[in-house]
Amino acid sequence: MSRLSFKQITKRFGSLIANDSISLSLGEGEIMALLGENGAGKTTLMNILFGHYEADEGSIEVEDKVLTPGSTEAAIQAGIGMVHQHFTLADNLTVIENIILGTESLWSWRHDLTAARRKLMEMAESYSLAINPDALVGSLSVGERQRVEILKALYRGARTLILDEPTAVLTPQETENLFITLRSLTAKGLSVIFISHKLHEILAISDRISVLRRGKIVDTIKTSEASRSELAEKMVGEVVTRPQLEAMQPGAPVLTLAGLSAFGDDKLPMLNNVDLTIHAHEIIGIAGVAGNGQAALADVLSGLNRDYSGTLELHDKTLTDAGPSDFVARGIGRIPEDRHVRGMIGEMEIWENLISEDLRSAEISKWKIIINRDAAIKRAEKLIERFDVRCEGPQAQTKLLSGGNIQKLILARALSPEPDFILANQPVRGLDEGAIAYVQEQLFDARKRGAAILLISEDLDELLSLCDRIAVMYQGNLSEAVPTATRTVTELGLMMAGQAIHAN
Amino acid sequence: MQIELRQHTSLLRIGMAPISAIFAALILCSALIIWAGVPVLEAYALLFKGAFGSAFALKETFTRSIPLIFTGLAVAVAFRSKFYNIGAEGQLYAGALASVYFGTGLVSLPGYLMVPFLLLVGALAGGLLLLVPVLLKTRLKVDEVVTTLLLNFVVLLMVSYLIEGPLRDPMAMGWPQTASIVDEGVLPTLMSKGRLHAGLIVAILASVLIWAVMRFTVLGYEIKAVGFNAKGAEFSGVKINRTVILTALISGGLAGLAGVSEVAGLKGYLTLDLSPGFGYTGVAVAMLAQLHPLAVIPAALFLSAVYVGADSMSRAVNIPTYIADVLVGVSVLAILVSVMLTRYRIKWRK
Repeated sequence: MSRLSFKQITKRFGSLIANDSISLSLGEGEIMALLGENGAGKTTLMNILFGHYEADEGSIEVEDKVLTPGSTEAAIQAGIGMVHQHFTLADNLTVIENIILGTESLWSWRHDLTAARRKLMEMAESYSLAINPDALVGSLSVGERQRVEILKALYRGARTLILDEPTAVLTPQETENLFITLRSLTAKGLSVIFISHKLHEILAISDRISVLRRGKIVDTIKTSEASRSELAEKMVGEVVTRPQLEAMQPGAPVLTLAGLSAFGDDKLPMLNNVDLTIHAHEIIGIAGVAGNGQAALADVLSGLNRDYSGTLELHDKTLTDAGPSDFVARGIGRIPEDRHVRGMIGEMEIWENLISEDLRSAEISKWKIIINRDAAIKRAEKLIERFDVRCEGPQAQTKLLSGGNIQKLILARALSPEPDFILANQPVRGLDEGAIAYVQEQLFDARKRGAAILLISEDLDELLSLCDRIAVMYQGNLSEAVPTATRTVTELGLMMAGQAIHAN
Repeated sequence: MQIELRQHTSLLRIGMAPISAIFAALILCSALIIWAGVPVLEAYALLFKGAFGSAFALKETFTRSIPLIFTGLAVAVAFRSKFYNIGAEGQLYAGALASVYFGTGLVSLPGYLMVPFLLLVGALAGGLLLLVPVLLKTRLKVDEVVTTLLLNFVVLLMVSYLIEGPLRDPMAMGWPQTASIVDEGVLPTLMSKGRLHAGLIVAILASVLIWAVMRFTVLGYEIKAVGFNAKGAEFSGVKINRTVILTALISGGLAGLAGVSEVAGLKGYLTLDLSPGFGYTGVAVAMLAQLHPLAVIPAALFLSAVYVGADSMSRAVNIPTYIADVLVGVSVLAILVSVMLTRYRIKWRK
């Protein structure tokens, strides 16, 4: 019997068709994966199901009853629960308070916590989702918070769970635990829609896979009959091969960090005595769950934070008291984590963004005062061509470009001066396959030329395929950088969760 | 009702926004005129005649626009970097104070040097006054809206003290006003009759200069970058604090020039009623001009025409001059709405 079915759902945003007559059905006790690149229409479809959007055409039936479109309440009533990629929990409330939030009448005089607690504990037990109802959500780990989100949906009577990119914030072990939970839920008859773009996870957990591309369902197949390469091709629409790391002898040390410590706004240490040497022709990867000091390290290495102790040397010269412009002038290329906030100024034109790091150079300005517009536009034309940026021209507004094209502009600005050291912070996050391959190729080219590269990422697969050496960051401490081949995913996962692994 | 972002906005729409806003304001204010018991069209005709109907009226409108161009520019430059200077009124008085301090006999220079000298010290005084709020902002993150606004009252009380005391003109029969600035320091009038003075030329030159700085220079680039996205600008290497401080000096300087030009071009001496709120109206000018330095000139002319025209209208029919303030206020609100409509479109649900 089908729990839920989409019938010919179409949703347009202006001229863009986000969902193009999508029909799908989900069986009882089934885990269906929705696979697709960013912008393929997965999230739009789920937002229609959950009542955030109204479909232009088509309808949704839940247990053979038509769901009222555009109403979140109706979706919850019909037993649909959503676990968002970014959690919607209040850090300063306890688990039980978060779970009953919004379920009580506004006019009731007081919380009925005892009944709620009993119900929660029963649920937690029957689905083996251990949780302390009185813990503050702010003190929980990411995996535990996700468990609270799932319990919150179940508490509201969900029989269909939608999980939007649930593993993006988890360590491999936490992911494994999530999968165990999902299996115990489906064993009790719940249905799950699992949204992801990570192939191996989808192959590991789902019963059936629907592939979305540009708003259309390309194919729906049984997981047991699917292969990784076939899925990849269906998702992207063409065969995209990611570049391979060539073995290469590392050169002289380029950047050396010794005893580097940095402090956050609350004076708590964000980086704790970090030592690292990066050589020419070498890519070093920093793994870790978000929020363990990677941002603090990136701030120091891009020149934004000068309030650190320890030393930072580029080619044996210390970089004391240097700001972003000095960093760039001395041969450091920086790819920031947030390309829309730090990377580009959206309201400015493309050519303006491409000169922002060397405004006072002889090429770009006369006497460091008057901008040489012709030279700047000529540079932009050259870089747009070389980095294959799809845009109307140098004078197009930057914010109108797609994420992939904005990232190409950032690469163009950071890599075209051929820097000796490159900081690449999450350089492929949220990009589609074609753009990912492109960014990785550019990094490999820079490595070949002799650049030293530090790659910060939360994606272990990415790090394992891109890096010569890998180190793990946990609560501001950086482990020793060891050759990538000597670490297994399990070991890295344990280190990301704070366990010390000694090289043997 | 849904509000959607427009992908592209045509230049025509951007140009029409302030004009349609002004029409909307005129229509909204006609309710008040009807309430006052005067035929709407007659009232607006009188207002128009009062502002543009004769050579005298035109000269008055232009004269009144001079301080508004300066304060409008001051606000436009500051707002471009998201430094919300609401203190142009105080900076105007600081500029005026500097011009009477140095221009009433303390310094004597030939005319071709005296006028530029007074403009310079006035601009410096305005800029230095704004240095206090800007340093409080960059050092201690004190909100500049509060400090610049409150500093206006401090400056006014200071001026009040000075013209009652140390700077009072002994020949003024006890009136609270300063001595007149020396003849060499007076901005020449532009036409034989009327009060229109060379401050207009200085104001237009300032607009063009600021436009050129914003469009062609590294400093202008940095001011815009900080205003659009301070985090992005900082990442690229723009020194945020330095840029905001420089912006504040320019902004305060421009407002200071308004004070010098009112003293040296119009009044000759400083009194407490030198400015009927030119500094505050400067905010309206800048918003109407959508922060564009050249558009400040027509925006200032429009607001000045409203004030001059309303004065004249209220003398002819029974409508208080306050209608001018209402009209200006409604115009600014209307422009905010119309600018929003150039960026977003409203979709009514079927």
